[in-house]
Amino acid sequence: MSSPDWVLKISGLVKRFQPDRPPVLDGIEFELRRGEYVAIMGESGVGKSTLLNLMAGLDRPDEGILSFDGQDLARLSDDAATRLRRHEMGFVFQAFHVLPYLTAADNVGLPLDLAGAPRPERDARVAAMLEAVGLAGHAGRFARELSGGEVQRVAIARALVHRPRLLLADEPTGNLDPRTAGQVLALLRAQVHAQGASGVLITHSRAAAETADRILVLDGRRLVPAGATA
Amino acid sequence: MRSTLAVVRTVALGRLREQPLRLVVTVLAVALGVALATAVYAINSGALSEFGLAARKLVGEADVVVRGARTGFDEDLFVRLLGDASVEEASPALEIELAPLGDHPPLAVLAVDPFRAAAVQRELVAGLGGELMALFRPASIALSAAAATELGVARGDEIQVRSGSGVQRLEVVQVLPAAAYPQRLGLMDIATAQWAFDRVGRINRIDLRLAGGVDVARFRTALEARLPPGVTTSGPAAERDRAANVTRAYRVNLNMLAMVALLTGAFLVFSTQALSVLRRRSSLALLRALGATRRQVEAALLAEGILLGAAGSAVGVLVGQAVAWLALARLGGDLGGGYLHAVAVVPRPEPTALLGFFLLGLVVTAAGAWVPAREAARAAPARALKAGDAEHAARRLRPAWPGLSLAALGAACALLPPVGGLPVFGYASVALLLFAGMLLVPATAAWLLGHVPGTRRAVVSVALAQLKGSAGQSAVSLAAIIVSFSLMVAMAIMVYSFRESFERWLGEVLPADLHMRVAQAADTAFWSAADQADIAALDGVRRVEFARQLSVYLEAGREPVQVIARRVSGESDFDGLPLVRGDLAAAPPGTARAWISEPVHDLYGLDVGHRFTLPLAGKAEMLTVAGIWRDYGRPGGAIVVDRDWYVATTGDGTASQGAIWLQPGARASDVEHAVRAEFPRGDALQVYTGGALKEMSLGYFDRAFAVTYLLEAVAVLIGLVGVSFAFGSQALARRAEFGMLRHVGMLRRQVVGMLAGEGVVLGLVGVLYGLVLGFLLSLVLVYVVNRQSFNWSIDLAVPWLQLGALSVVLVASAGVTAALSGRAATGTNALRAVREDW
Repeated sequence: MSSPDWVLKISGLVKRFQPDRPPVLDGIEFELRRGEYVAIMGESGVGKSTLLNLMAGLDRPDEGILSFDGQDLARLSDDAATRLRRHEMGFVFQAFHVLPYLTAADNVGLPLDLAGAPRPERDARVAAMLEAVGLAGHAGRFARELSGGEVQRVAIARALVHRPRLLLADEPTGNLDPRTAGQVLALLRAQVHAQGASGVLITHSRAAAETADRILVLDGRRLVPAGATA
Repeated sequence: MRSTLAVVRTVALGRLREQPLRLVVTVLAVALGVALATAVYAINSGALSEFGLAARKLVGEADVVVRGARTGFDEDLFVRLLGDASVEEASPALEIELAPLGDHPPLAVLAVDPFRAAAVQRELVAGLGGELMALFRPASIALSAAAATELGVARGDEIQVRSGSGVQRLEVVQVLPAAAYPQRLGLMDIATAQWAFDRVGRINRIDLRLAGGVDVARFRTALEARLPPGVTTSGPAAERDRAANVTRAYRVNLNMLAMVALLTGAFLVFSTQALSVLRRRSSLALLRALGATRRQVEAALLAEGILLGAAGSAVGVLVGQAVAWLALARLGGDLGGGYLHAVAVVPRPEPTALLGFFLLGLVVTAAGAWVPAREAARAAPARALKAGDAEHAARRLRPAWPGLSLAALGAACALLPPVGGLPVFGYASVALLLFAGMLLVPATAAWLLGHVPGTRRAVVSVALAQLKGSAGQSAVSLAAIIVSFSLMVAMAIMVYSFRESFERWLGEVLPADLHMRVAQAADTAFWSAADQADIAALDGVRRVEFARQLSVYLEAGREPVQVIARRVSGESDFDGLPLVRGDLAAAPPGTARAWISEPVHDLYGLDVGHRFTLPLAGKAEMLTVAGIWRDYGRPGGAIVVDRDWYVATTGDGTASQGAIWLQPGARASDVEHAVRAEFPRGDALQVYTGGALKEMSLGYFDRAFAVTYLLEAVAVLIGLVGVSFAFGSQALARRAEFGMLRHVGMLRRQVVGMLAGEGVVLGLVGVLYGLVLGFLLSLVLVYVVNRQSFNWSIDLAVPWLQLGALSVVLVASAGVTAALSGRAATGTNALRAVREDW
């Protein structure tokens, strides 16, 4: 049986936080094809981060199907979902979240360490990834010794070093100036494509969203193509 | 002013809203330390005030008290002093300790001439009321209310006391009102006492009231020169302080232990405040950016600490006073130590002292809060606003030179002699080494963590990297537990060393199968030569050795020394005499040999080969120190002399104690029964097997140190609270980090395990450091504080099993505490925390 041509498929997804309140997400339909890089836009509080958590298996939907490469994420145990993230997903956060007590190289190598990658392979991939994000000479530096843009590059390298099939980026340039933001977004897109991964970029910036292959808008608890809204 | 108050409100009240439970527990920890200090003081102070009150009644209006050995001196001296123009009133007295039959402690008796005593001990004699003449009846005694209650007798009843190996009956002719004398005391006519207890013509005390205008000091100096050997003078103040002096070292040690608990509380405040300030660093920097001055931030943080200290100290003094009431009701005035057994203590709250302890608690907590407050106020706001600056701030604590300097000073203090009989520099050394130890924690922790080998396992390596990267903060979080654990280790080693030495000493001084004495009080209870011969002739007795113990004054102003006349040559050479130095070499011509205990060596500066005079039977005998022996039974000092020499010199062939070696096959219980059957009321004789006596003595020892164990446990508990705060605080601060780790594929149990691992490593560092620091402190306690406090030596012994078990418990507690903090911090909120900005 051949694998589907999509990486992530969401069907009829409903998520509510309080039973007596309207759902935050209601009837979400979404397919992310292999190698595709999609931006999801929306105003603050519409549920973008909730949708990202669901895609990552960090939260469970109340209704609907959420399938990653044929596996129903809602049916996975916490451990199984964690292992899936460890091997198949990468994350980039708005606040960077690199560990201050690890060097740039060790931060980048963390997913490989968790996956138990052999040391030589781990070191080679970390070096290659740092070079790919333009930080070849910064391997031994700590976060406090890097600029905001450089720290986010470390985060991007960490998100992709283990060659995940899905990259989830949540407002990755929210804390950066426009010039650096542009560079990081270009790097993110280039690396996702270079690795043959798929990506979801959560943002409320039109300019950021336009670096993606496709733009969707989370509006009125549903996901609709950009331009389809009023 | 208004803006400062606004900053205080924002900082201090903000924290109260944020962490109410943690603040409550910190307040309780401070309260615990203050309560212990208050309670120990209240108990000691209550006991001493009762002692002082009793002593004042006995001294009365005397200007000078002339004292001799318990066996007494010729009453001619009284007649001579009565004729002295400088003396207005003179009252002869015989102080003896009677041994009431039955399960009663010795009864102190003051035998006086009631008419003469009425001029000096006015209040005491007034207590006799209309029954003054009744005291002249043969074999009569008046009892204080406390003594009558203890003996269970009333006016008109009879009490039986040991006299020689026989029994003397005394009629209770009056029970004094409680106000006349607060403790247990018997009052007798001096002639009756002399007759009943074979002391005719002998007294051991004369109270003098001098004529107006006489220079007391000059009179005493002149009198000292005229007194017979072994008779000294003292002033009323010295008489009143006598009890306080006897128990001073014990009380000072208890006070020091209470201070340890308070100090641990202060370190807990420091640790809690320091971590809290580090965590709020960016918020404080924001306040600075918004216009709060350095002073305002410092004042706000200091106010926060003072509020904690005030609340804790207020609760502490109230709880401490309540604990004092309870402890006195259950353990007595010496907290089970056995030093103040005769005292019934009524604790009276002392407002000044309570205020003092409140302020003490306030000052130590304020000091604990001031250091981090000052550091936070000095931080550059721009830098402090950045993430990661907390560790940068904590690293400023890392230089080693202040710690090394204090350590050198502490070591130097350990070499200095006592001050006024107290190990002042010894305690200073402990305090300096402790502070030095604390100052060296950051550098040592960083070094130790830096040497933990790396690992390929991601979870472990992240944990280690976290610890190495935050060594400064880890050191701060370890402060409270290191202080309490190292002090506990030091105390445990000291107490264990003492117990081991004491047990070994008991084995040496109790070499026989049976040990016996007529009664605990030896003044009137003894075996005559005929009694001794009867015992020696009993079936089953292979060998018996008798000894006579009596007290003499070697120097004016000091407590009496016990002279023990016993066999020291022949078959039983040095049986039961644990020599630490010296040998049996013959004494120089014209002198006899004496073996002095360590307290005599320390207090009187005597050493092997030195000559000294010993007042015996009204004569000054020249002795040479032939050896020094270890004695834990007589803190005022003891001198062993050969019994044959003693009998030949004094003519006193009586014995107060004896030891029996059984014939093969003889049963100890049979011989014990035979001994008891030889004498009237033989059931009241004290006859024990060596094993039973050893067990009983160790029981007393353990009871005496029960309070120290309690104080140590409290200190460690406070330290553990500090560790749990530290882990809780750090776990909360690292929620976003845990969230990120969960995102990138770390299982929740791996995150919890990582934290538990960090807890275990940190606990291990703290325990190892505490063990080393505690061992160093124990050296000062064993070789300096103990020696200078009690004037006896103990051999260092380490309770490996106890310390090992405690270390494991502490490390495990640190791991469990960290894991629990981790569980709380890795819930759903941790996943959401990654959305928060750092």
